[in-house]
Amino acid sequence: MSLDIHPPAVTALSVAEVSHAFGDRRALVDVSLDVPAASFTVLLGLNGAGKSTLFALITRLYDNVSGEIRVFGHDVRRAPSAALRQIGVVFQSRSLDADLSLLQNLTYHAALHGFGPGAARTRAMALLQTVGLADKAHDKVRALSGGQARRVEIARALLHEPRCLLLDEATVGLDIGAREGIIALVRGLVAGEGLGVLWATHLIDEVAPSDRIIVLHKGRVLFAGDHDSLLAMTGMETVRDAFTAMTGSAAANAQGAAA
Amino acid sequence: MKPVPTERLSVTREGPHVRSGLAGYLACFNGIVWREVLRFIHQRERFLSALVRPLVWLFIFAAGFRQVLGVSIIPPYETYVLYEVFVTPGLIGMILLFNAMQSSLSMVYDRETGAMRILLVSPFPRWFLLVSKLIGSSAVSLLQVYVFLLIAYFWEIEPPLLGYFTVLPALVLSGLMLGALALFISSIIRQLENFAGVMNFVIFPMFFASSALYPLWRIRESSPLLYEICRFNPFTHAVELIRFALYVQLDPASLAAVLAFTAVFLAAAIYAYNPSKGLLGRRGAPGGAA
Repeated sequence: MSLDIHPPAVTALSVAEVSHAFGDRRALVDVSLDVPAASFTVLLGLNGAGKSTLFALITRLYDNVSGEIRVFGHDVRRAPSAALRQIGVVFQSRSLDADLSLLQNLTYHAALHGFGPGAARTRAMALLQTVGLADKAHDKVRALSGGQARRVEIARALLHEPRCLLLDEATVGLDIGAREGIIALVRGLVAGEGLGVLWATHLIDEVAPSDRIIVLHKGRVLFAGDHDSLLAMTGMETVRDAFTAMTGSAAANAQGAAA
Repeated sequence: MKPVPTERLSVTREGPHVRSGLAGYLACFNGIVWREVLRFIHQRERFLSALVRPLVWLFIFAAGFRQVLGVSIIPPYETYVLYEVFVTPGLIGMILLFNAMQSSLSMVYDRETGAMRILLVSPFPRWFLLVSKLIGSSAVSLLQVYVFLLIAYFWEIEPPLLGYFTVLPALVLSGLMLGALALFISSIIRQLENFAGVMNFVIFPMFFASSALYPLWRIRESSPLLYEICRFNPFTHAVELIRFALYVQLDPASLAAVLAFTAVFLAAAIYAYNPSKGLLGRRGAPGGAA
């Protein structure tokens, strides 16, 4: 009898054959992808590829009418409460209340997940400490820089102790230093906390060799796999070239699916 | 930024922090109401403008119309009353109406900025989140109404002392009805720029085609059609419910109408925000996913 010393990878997020349209406009076409726990998965796509629509479906801002989305086995449509408890999300558009303090924003979010006031405050302060903003806990959000606000949003996404973290264009509009800080923060969470991370971006230089990569283009998944597989499949030497070759040729072929 | 000290996170998933069952719902409800109160505190201009508007009507408009518009003895009044006295419940309704629409405006703003998403991705049922938000925004209106009544008292608007207490349930119900309508409207409006239409097509018609400024029998004398419109206007019933309650009386017809309209508007709002059936899914998510 042989013992399997490598336990099977737990799937944090599973999207299977999901399509979505706004009227006649097809935003996603048969999208399937997996995000294992304790992994950093990059969802690479140009603006309008369907990344934000996919995030909206995963977080049940609206229902998927076809296919299936599961978070740690919980079907987002049939068991939304159990699924949403496992998800932390940072949306592309800024979503902090500028008139409230950092602490008030975080405790509000904690309440939305059923935290009592004492526990919410304790947890919020701990996370502000983690993202290096504890000294600004009582400052208004409108006084923060873009990078600081993003760090608060990440802290907020972690407040309810999720196991799957979704970030949609989290570094857009930030300077290089702030971008690197945010990426390091999230990669640290994958390594230290075992979070399954889905990192949506159109910035190719944010991809690291160890990342899993999903290429989404005009609503279709063109590739899902690791860094080396992407290069091998396209015969290119860099992810940038591979992505350009892939989306350039796909753009010519894909006429049915809209952005 | 320094490397992330993840050990400080001490993540204990599904640990003792999260309240389950009723306690969780209560924590969520308190959080949503508290945020509404905080926003209200941070927007003092909103409080002042909501107060100044009815006071201008009371001090100037009503004073001017006192001699023009006679009010006969109609329930709940037991004697002739000054026009200022008659118009006060209508102005209370005005506070509730404008506050509700202000709340609707802030929901559209929240949707545009993405803040609405944070509310809607909570694991609690969406109907519960919306009702909690509705109660929170209605609660804020109550304070404004009582401040208005306090000022109006010094303008010889002196309902019975008990009326200040009996009017409270009427205010709550009317606030919920108008808030539910505003919630539904917020689901229809795509952009803040469209909100001017709400002023022209909702607020002004509702306010003027009601018993807020003139008794219905006066309207019937002028235009039977307008009278019928006023009779079916939800705002008319809110004003009458408040008018009777302020004088320690109950108008059962208005109560029934307000309850019915509240149920209809709330059901429409919950439908509109339902991710599988509502309007948002067909038009794009709150915040504008694409």
